[in-house]
Amino acid sequence: MSASPAIRSQFEGRSPADVKAPVRIACKDLNFYYGNFHGLKDINLDFRDRQVTALIGPSGCGKSTLLRTFNRIYSLYPEQRAEGEILLDGQNVLDPKIDLNELRSRVGMVFQKPTPFPMSIYDNVAFGLRLYEKLPKAELDVRVEESLRKAALWDEVKDKLKQSGTGLSGGQQQRLCIARTVAQRPEVILFDEPTSALDPISTGRIEELIEQLRTEFTIVIVTHNMQQAARISQFTAFMYLGELIEFDATTKIFMNPAKRQTQDYITGRFG
Amino acid sequence: MRSGRRIADRILILASTFATLLGIAVLGSILLMLIVEGVKGFTPSLLTEPTPGPGSVGGGIANAILGSLVMTFIGIVIATPIGLMAGTFLAEYGRTSKIADIIRFLNDVLLSAPSILIGLFVYTLMVRPMGTYSGWAGAVALAIIATPVIVRTTEDMLRLVPSQMREAGAALGAPRSLVIRAITWRAASAGVVTGIILALARIAGETAPLLFTALNNNSWFNANLLGGVPNLPVMIYQFALSPYPNWQSLAWAGALLITVTILALSVVARLVIKDQRAR
Repeated sequence: MSASPAIRSQFEGRSPADVKAPVRIACKDLNFYYGNFHGLKDINLDFRDRQVTALIGPSGCGKSTLLRTFNRIYSLYPEQRAEGEILLDGQNVLDPKIDLNELRSRVGMVFQKPTPFPMSIYDNVAFGLRLYEKLPKAELDVRVEESLRKAALWDEVKDKLKQSGTGLSGGQQQRLCIARTVAQRPEVILFDEPTSALDPISTGRIEELIEQLRTEFTIVIVTHNMQQAARISQFTAFMYLGELIEFDATTKIFMNPAKRQTQDYITGRFG
Repeated sequence: MRSGRRIADRILILASTFATLLGIAVLGSILLMLIVEGVKGFTPSLLTEPTPGPGSVGGGIANAILGSLVMTFIGIVIATPIGLMAGTFLAEYGRTSKIADIIRFLNDVLLSAPSILIGLFVYTLMVRPMGTYSGWAGAVALAIIATPVIVRTTEDMLRLVPSQMREAGAALGAPRSLVIRAITWRAASAGVVTGIILALARIAGETAPLLFTALNNNSWFNANLLGGVPNLPVMIYQFALSPYPNWQSLAWAGALLITVTILALSVVARLVIKDQRAR
């Protein structure tokens, strides 16, 4: 099982996986249920600081489910529940006593479809800032600009901050959502197939952006696109039927996977 | 075989065209009659003078217009917060709960309840205990008719807001009440406003609930809602049945006025929705 030169060349000049980076999120014996359906089975997985970890696998394998446990967004739906432990900096996220809104300001999330709120571009970015920080107007302006710059959107919108966020193109809307998330200065950003609704050029920009954001944030990304996982992640987890099949540095997963199932999936033999 | 199909096709086209024309013709003749007779009744005094006594000449319907405006306004002011809150509960908090199913069912019953029943209900509830017909009772009856319309449209419009929008709000750490107020209400605002306008159009022409509550009064409406309050639908009902040509003419003018108002409200509602879609 060795990789072709074409695959090998993808990884040249890429920032390698830092296996010594501290662990930001640790899943311990994580199980998840949709009513009676057992969606995640005994997941044990560590996510390292300032690294991009990609979750890949065929539809229904549980990768989005896993992502949605980290900020407990699933708890909006009463029939869904998680068991086990998810330690964020040592604190169990699944603890019923945890302040969910505070957790979510530390773990940001960007969705598959862009979700700009029906308000101005400025208010979209300021939305999360106004929740927990009482900033004077001048400082709010600075944070909004900083966030839009980090999301590589500032130059395109600086003259129309008062216009509605829903009037932007799809790719711009997604970067607006990233700016909104970044504005809260979270520790972790979760991306749930962030480019699957975008054209190739917008996708490229989002990928570049994720590469830049990695210097500040721990990133977990769910993607259907294996090339995308190979391009932007340092670590990759391959999941199948609710189980974690293999987790390793991305180069290892793509060039020399340990498991037959992983090999079959990344070479397109199933999934 | 083939010609058989073609003939069947022709017959169906003819039949549906005929049915459409029949429907439009009936509607058109009503509207035409209404416009011809209504315009005749449009005199300079129509909008400035109160309803005249039986058998007299001249006069207007100004008191009935004002009474209708006031009662419709109060009715919608009562109905809007209740309808908005109940619709929000159904769409946001009670999506899957038993109590929401029951409320939704009862709301649908109320939505199709004959309006005369609502008039009788308010008669028993307010007019009898108070010992007098009153504008307040009229406004409450109208509010009861408007509320289920607003509940329904509010719920429907909120359900159209994608759940990812709510998740995105929650993912930023916004509490549920803020997500509803700042995001979902705003996203659904045009639809919700349309629902309120349509409820307004619905109650503007209601006669039956007012017969038992506000009744009528030929004097000037003097901002006293205790006692009978003149209003367009009941005025039309009474004047149209009267033997006096002057009253009949005023009834036509009032009917045209109501029809035009409801048409205008419906057009505004459509424009609001269109504007929302364009955004």
